[in-house]
Amino acid sequence: MREQALRVAYVGRRFLHMLFVLWVIATILFFMFRLMPGDPSTAYIDPNFTGEQRQLVLQQFGLDRPLHEQYVIFLRNLARGEFGLSFRQRQPVLGLMLAVLPNTLLLTMTALIAAYAFGSLFGAWLAWRRGSLFETISIPLVLATRASPEFWIGMLMLAVFAFGLGWFPAGGANVAGAEYSSEWQRILSIDYLRHLALPALSLALFLQGLPVLLMRSNMLEVMREEFVTMSRMKGLPERSIMLRHAARNALLPLVTAFAITFGQLIGGNVVIETVFSWPGLGRMLVDAVANSDYPLAQGAFLLIAAILVAMNFVADLVYGLLDPRVTHDGG
Amino acid sequence: MRLAGKLAATASQLRNPYAFAGVAIYIAFVLVAVLAGWLAPYDPNDILFTADGQLAASLPPDAAHLLGTTQLGRDVFSQLVLGARPSLIVGVTAAVAVASIGTTVGLLSGYLRGAVDRVLMRLADIVLGLPFLPAVIVMVALMGPSLQNMIFAIVVLLWPNAARVIRSQVLTLAQRQFVEAARVTGASEWRIMLVHIAPNILPLSFLYGSIAVGWAILAQASVSFLGFGGSEVVSWGTMLQDAYASQALDRGQYAWFVPPGLCIVFVVLAGFLISRGYEELLFPRLRDD
Repeated sequence: MREQALRVAYVGRRFLHMLFVLWVIATILFFMFRLMPGDPSTAYIDPNFTGEQRQLVLQQFGLDRPLHEQYVIFLRNLARGEFGLSFRQRQPVLGLMLAVLPNTLLLTMTALIAAYAFGSLFGAWLAWRRGSLFETISIPLVLATRASPEFWIGMLMLAVFAFGLGWFPAGGANVAGAEYSSEWQRILSIDYLRHLALPALSLALFLQGLPVLLMRSNMLEVMREEFVTMSRMKGLPERSIMLRHAARNALLPLVTAFAITFGQLIGGNVVIETVFSWPGLGRMLVDAVANSDYPLAQGAFLLIAAILVAMNFVADLVYGLLDPRVTHDGG
Repeated sequence: MRLAGKLAATASQLRNPYAFAGVAIYIAFVLVAVLAGWLAPYDPNDILFTADGQLAASLPPDAAHLLGTTQLGRDVFSQLVLGARPSLIVGVTAAVAVASIGTTVGLLSGYLRGAVDRVLMRLADIVLGLPFLPAVIVMVALMGPSLQNMIFAIVVLLWPNAARVIRSQVLTLAQRQFVEAARVTGASEWRIMLVHIAPNILPLSFLYGSIAVGWAILAQASVSFLGFGGSEVVSWGTMLQDAYASQALDRGQYAWFVPPGLCIVFVVLAGFLISRGYEELLFPRLRDD
């Protein structure tokens, strides 16, 4: 019972902490975009807006009022998902972001699942074959993929598989002009999957290093524990010890790493999405910053940060709730 | 004395093949960066012409142009050699700053505890809530594209990782007997912190420094590739951006876009290799027996 109460308190504390971090980030962003040269309206009003749009935004964000009132209005708008009008598209920022979010999520999930499935198997295998020549060669190679700029891996993929061999399209998410009756149909079309293949593969190649190394060192650690020795003494076959007992325990830290990486990726995808002209959140941010589309840049940045902070929260929970060794007393 | 011991341990660490390879790569690239002006046959920004007065555009590699030329007739090899400078400058400066700030914050936070600790760690939490690359991009875009601003943005975002790890190390060290002994002999708090604890966390600072070199170089390359790096400095990132934007991929001009990427991989990898050697020194439990 007591443990149960502590758990609830722990979750509550982490949740409040998450809200606190998000609030500070929003505040920093508010001041960062206000401190830019020009009057506060430069952050929200483009000279090319129509008079009507200008009035709407002016009122929505209270841009003619003192700074502290603007700040309150800003927070209230955020809570409602009101980020203003994009300078270039002249449409509400939220709608633009939600339209590309599925592309980013799908790319990230595909790459992550591929990387972690491969990584946990390969890492376990490396642990099994420790000390072999194979391991000595594999580790620097794995480290090298982690040291590669993602966009460069993407460029090599494009040069070889898209331009050289012509197996895959060179960019975008769908053939131009294609019409689909629903979002699901678009995402499940062969065309979409063909476009997804190269960016997802590039990202997965970059990502697999962490799970491989993590899994390997976890396995080495777990294999030294008593229950493994016990199983050996009981005469269980080595394969079953590795898969049933050791690997299952070694997987736990990977779950945490998965959640954290997912959060970081939504933002880290900026380069891969740009290389493959993948219409996602990261590329939207880059384009917005490059074109001084401040409302869109601000919105995309906040959404990316919110996903990152939320996934860190999830990772904390997974780690705290799944690992029996973690207690929830105190800080 | 203790510091001397650490340095000796560092030297012996070079016997670790990973760490040795890492240091060797660093030395090679530093040499290239220092001698770049002499190694590069052309000015990296010069537009070159062939003997018959044609623009020397997208030439394949030959004796005159070891890696061929860019679409605007610039020598790729010269760009590659001179591109080592901004990468190493950003990498090393950012790493030194990250390690120093991380160490200072970690020490203060872990040793003084209380309000100082709470404030500093909250600050670290907030920074860790910022998405790294997007934050660097936005900061550089608002402050203006330059190497200094890029270094500043990278350092602001990277110090919390180092600070957190060093703080937890300080927390452990502060419980150790030699600290208690120093306190009994009447050493002041500052003396304990600087003379007894600080030298023991230097290897960890160094570890974080060598990893930060890699992240900083990758960040600099990514930001330059996305076009926020400023145009006045030739770096590996801007070279790749140029190659990408001028359809070098389409033409299969591998000699243009493979070498800059490989250079980045090697420099970043060197940091990882060194830190790997260090991990075994710091956490001998990890060493495979």
